[in-house]
Amino acid sequence: MSTIRLLVGTRKGAFILTSDEARQQWDVSGPHFAGWEIFHMTGSPVDPNRLYVSQASGWFGQTIQRSDDGGQTWEAVGNEFQYDGVPGTHQWYDGTQHPWEFTRVWHLEPSLTELDTVYAGVEDAALFRSTDGGHSWQELSGLRNHETGKLWQPGAGGMCLHTILLDPNDANRIVVAISAAGAFRTDDGGDTWKPINRGLVSEMIPDPNAEVGHCVHHIARHPSRPEVLFMQKHWDIMRSDNAGDSWHEVSGNLPSDFGFVIDVHAHEPETIYVVPIKSDSEHFPPDGKLRVYRSRTGGNDWEALTAGLPQSDCYVNVLRDAMAVDRLDPCGIYFGTTGGQVYASSDAGDSWKAVLRDLPAVLSVEVQTLS
Amino acid sequence: MIRVELPYHLRNLAGIEGSAAGAEVQLAVEPPVTLRTVLDALEAKYPVLRGTIRDHATQQRRAFLRFFACGRDLSHARIDTPLPEEVANGSEPLLVIGALAGG
Repeated sequence: MSTIRLLVGTRKGAFILTSDEARQQWDVSGPHFAGWEIFHMTGSPVDPNRLYVSQASGWFGQTIQRSDDGGQTWEAVGNEFQYDGVPGTHQWYDGTQHPWEFTRVWHLEPSLTELDTVYAGVEDAALFRSTDGGHSWQELSGLRNHETGKLWQPGAGGMCLHTILLDPNDANRIVVAISAAGAFRTDDGGDTWKPINRGLVSEMIPDPNAEVGHCVHHIARHPSRPEVLFMQKHWDIMRSDNAGDSWHEVSGNLPSDFGFVIDVHAHEPETIYVVPIKSDSEHFPPDGKLRVYRSRTGGNDWEALTAGLPQSDCYVNVLRDAMAVDRLDPCGIYFGTTGGQVYASSDAGDSWKAVLRDLPAVLSVEVQTLS
Repeated sequence: MIRVELPYHLRNLAGIEGSAAGAEVQLAVEPPVTLRTVLDALEAKYPVLRGTIRDHATQQRRAFLRFFACGRDLSHARIDTPLPEEVANGSEPLLVIGALAGG
């Protein structure tokens, strides 16, 4: 009998929800770290009881919390994220150069193989790694020191490194994404990086086909095919079949191809999910209808999934780290909204149920399938 | 002993007992008693507070925090300026205050 554990980060604390395989009844634990912004909470694939939390505050800065017992007890570990060397500058909103300044951790990505190794994507955009369970952090500065680094600039939400994809077949390959610089890949364990944005077209920047400057919102992939990447860009759903060397658009018949989340079915690598948002000026679903769209063909052909989701007067957003899939069959899909709802589907998206309705705005959702 | 009053969230983070309003931390600080020596002593006793009051890299006060004592705002005082005698002799606390904000 498996247990499903949902890890929900919100604007005012963390919540842990657990259920059996039926995924109908949920026990709620929380708020943990009440009053703090929880940008991300996730578990280690090596030991699922090892959890990491990015706990942040506009007043008190960044803290990283760690649990070794599935969230029953916590330890504040290291919160010192020092850029390597002299940080230098990047491009600011007005086109001038601006010093790199650490603000917060957007995303934590535990190693697939080493219990005490975890990566952190931060704002201003950089990648850090800890090899001692989060107590100390070292920057993988080859990324930020890429020759294009001075050209990177923040999106409206800040210049954040929000996506970290570790390759299950190649320990030296990592894909990251930065708003609004684009996607980057290392094939040597983080020493050197290259932009992987060929094929991305962003009409709002001076050169729509530029090497960097694209506002990538999120990237997902299926672990069995790490070279196939699916991207929700600011506008456009994009696909790469060569680990990002080139991209092509698969937005197809979506009502809007703006959005933040994208994820892949646990057992069907060509089945992907997005939540269309009306536009970058109106961050809510088109027509006030909250619809998850599913493509069973790796993009282009999309179907609306609406059963159990509000189909009128709904004006929430779904943020980039706020969707996750479990490993059960049928696959469970979960997402959280800025209105504080957590929706769950135990049938791969065919129907949905609000697990919780009144949380603070949801920033992140992860799920663990525990045996 | 030097008395320091911390915001609710920092008391929680540090696991300081008695998180009700008014709970104070008591610190032994060798003279001179300045913002720097008091914060150094505070962070030595509660390492989890490193980076939460002062930025790790710049050691500057975090923007939304203020230092008050004896009815005065000491937030913009130089960090090595001696604190008021009432703080140094323990008759008044140093208050670390979080800016009021809603939402």
